Amino acid sequence: MSGSALRAFLRRYMPLFLCIGLLVVTALLPQWFGGRVFERVVTLALISVVLTVGLHWFSGNSGLMSFGHVAFMAMGAYATIWFSLSPAQKAVTLPDMPKDWLLYQIHLPFVGALLAAAALVAVVGAAIGGALIRLRGAAFTIATFAVLLVTHTVALHARQLTRGARTVIGVPPYTTLWVALAAAVVVVIGAYLYKESGLGLQVRATREDETAAAAIGINVNWVRWTAWVPSVAVTALAGGLWAHFITTFSPLAFFLERAFLVIAMLVIGGAESVTGAVVGALGVAMVSEVVRSIENWIAMQSTIAWLPDQAVGLTEAAVALAMILVLIARPRGVTGGSEWPAVPPPAGQAPPHHGR
Amino acid sequence: MNDLAQYVMSSLALGGLYALMALGLAIVYGILNLINFAYGELIMVTGYTLFLLGGLGLPWLLSAALAVLSAVITALLMERVAFRPVRNTSQTTMLITSFAISMLLQNGARLLISPRAQAVPMPGLFTQNVFIGDLRVKMIDLITIAVSLLLLALMNVFLRRTLLGVTLRAAAQDFTMTRLVGIRADAVIAAAFGISGLIAGIVALFWIGKSSLVEPTVGLQPVLIAFIASVVGGLDNLKGVVAGAYLLSFMTVGLQTVLPQVLLDYRQAVMFIIVIMILIWRPRGLLTPRAGGAL
Repeated sequence: MSGSALRAFLRRYMPLFLCIGLLVVTALLPQWFGGRVFERVVTLALISVVLTVGLHWFSGNSGLMSFGHVAFMAMGAYATIWFSLSPAQKAVTLPDMPKDWLLYQIHLPFVGALLAAAALVAVVGAAIGGALIRLRGAAFTIATFAVLLVTHTVALHARQLTRGARTVIGVPPYTTLWVALAAAVVVVIGAYLYKESGLGLQVRATREDETAAAAIGINVNWVRWTAWVPSVAVTALAGGLWAHFITTFSPLAFFLERAFLVIAMLVIGGAESVTGAVVGALGVAMVSEVVRSIENWIAMQSTIAWLPDQAVGLTEAAVALAMILVLIARPRGVTGGSEWPAVPPPAGQAPPHHGR
Repeated sequence: MNDLAQYVMSSLALGGLYALMALGLAIVYGILNLINFAYGELIMVTGYTLFLLGGLGLPWLLSAALAVLSAVITALLMERVAFRPVRNTSQTTMLITSFAISMLLQNGARLLISPRAQAVPMPGLFTQNVFIGDLRVKMIDLITIAVSLLLLALMNVFLRRTLLGVTLRAAAQDFTMTRLVGIRADAVIAAAFGISGLIAGIVALFWIGKSSLVEPTVGLQPVLIAFIASVVGGLDNLKGVVAGAYLLSFMTVGLQTVLPQVLLDYRQAVMFIIVIMILIWRPRGLLTPRAGGAL
């Protein structure tokens, strides 16, 4: 590789290397500063990166916001435990699942279960996406919100598959810090390569000006769908990782508050870039853990008179406030929607025209 | 016969509330193309104001009026503080903003008041029953029907006969043109939010009156109902929205009595699948004539 080709390569992929570097350094922090609690926080933050990059993959590139991705997270979480638990474990964790179901007998190793679940959810999501992708603007967002409500209702009542509204317990804690890091790195690489590919460029073109994109021959619905399917798969993967990290959960874990938190991470960071998704997820996850510990500290203090007895909701309120401020001051997120450092256009092409 | 009369009464009472909820949501949508997720929190704010005023010993009607006023003020503040700065970005950004406001208010209530449900003082009249012939009717249902019909009629007159009402309808049809003839955009939008808050506040009295409880998530169900009714009726067709709401209430009460429990569990899922299908195939609603001018 000649010097100038190497330089061009580095300039093109520098944001990706920096993102991976940031993820690795974050993962190493607990090694240096110790503490099991800190390790938990960092693992959760890395799972949030997978989740947020999953949402970026579709919403960032296409400009259509999905309120329904948490539904795919829920599907991913439950599908992963269907596959990863042995029949004996299912008898405890999913006691309502009929013993004569084929699903009851399936028992895969953890990584196999994650991938199988992501593939299964991707198929379901691909069908849903095929129907929704022709919608635009708020109608799309509202339809995805309806998908979340449908999924939530089904999860609350399909006792055989989810144990209904009751909490699933005894899921083995397979998701370690390193598993989460590996998943985050792989997903970030995938999202970056997709975004910088020809297909990714076409999807981004439909975001900037749909009519113009269609006029130069881009099949708008088709290219958006190619962003939707991997986006759903990655979100499902995040669900599986989360399930095997948190180990006890119910359908309530995958509802409006989670949907809001993921959107907040993406919007605060900057939906249109992978850097934005990574920075937003890590930043919001870490800061909200700090606020959460203040919340818990307040709940434990009983001697300080001026403090309230408890501070439930402080974390969510703080995230919501931060998000409103970002939307007002920097509607494209703290990164402004570009990678860091900004990616130069490929040689021989005119620089993109930002005519907004 | 008695069962049928009972069914009609409950449906009419519920339908009146649904219609008002949907109208409050649709008025803002008409002008800003914004589905305001934080609309439900206006109902929550009304409930909490009523709860906080409960200890003061004011006459109930006075605290109710103050509670409704608090919803109007909250709606105006929402518009001024959060929506106005993002108004010129995109429809999606506004939608996300409304989601954030909803979460902020909900968790603000959780934080500052309590995550648990609180009892709200309601007039004793609400829990009484009256007999019409041998038909036993809940007083709250009767009052709800009367108030909702009155309010819908007043809204109709307001939108047709007053200058502000006509301005609102004009802005809903063509906002740019309305501004070009000298109407101030800020004023129209603020008016739409104010009316939306007023309607939400009045709805809240009866919605919360059913259980006499207020909790941080009390606004979720109303906003979902308003949203289904509006999509069914066609979001930019106010009459369709009201009709959609009544249709929804008759369906809800009807399904409650007809469906077996197993299917009843999935009622919400079925409703939202219908919503998705309408959005895809009849985006202007079921009750808007298909050939309504150029698309």
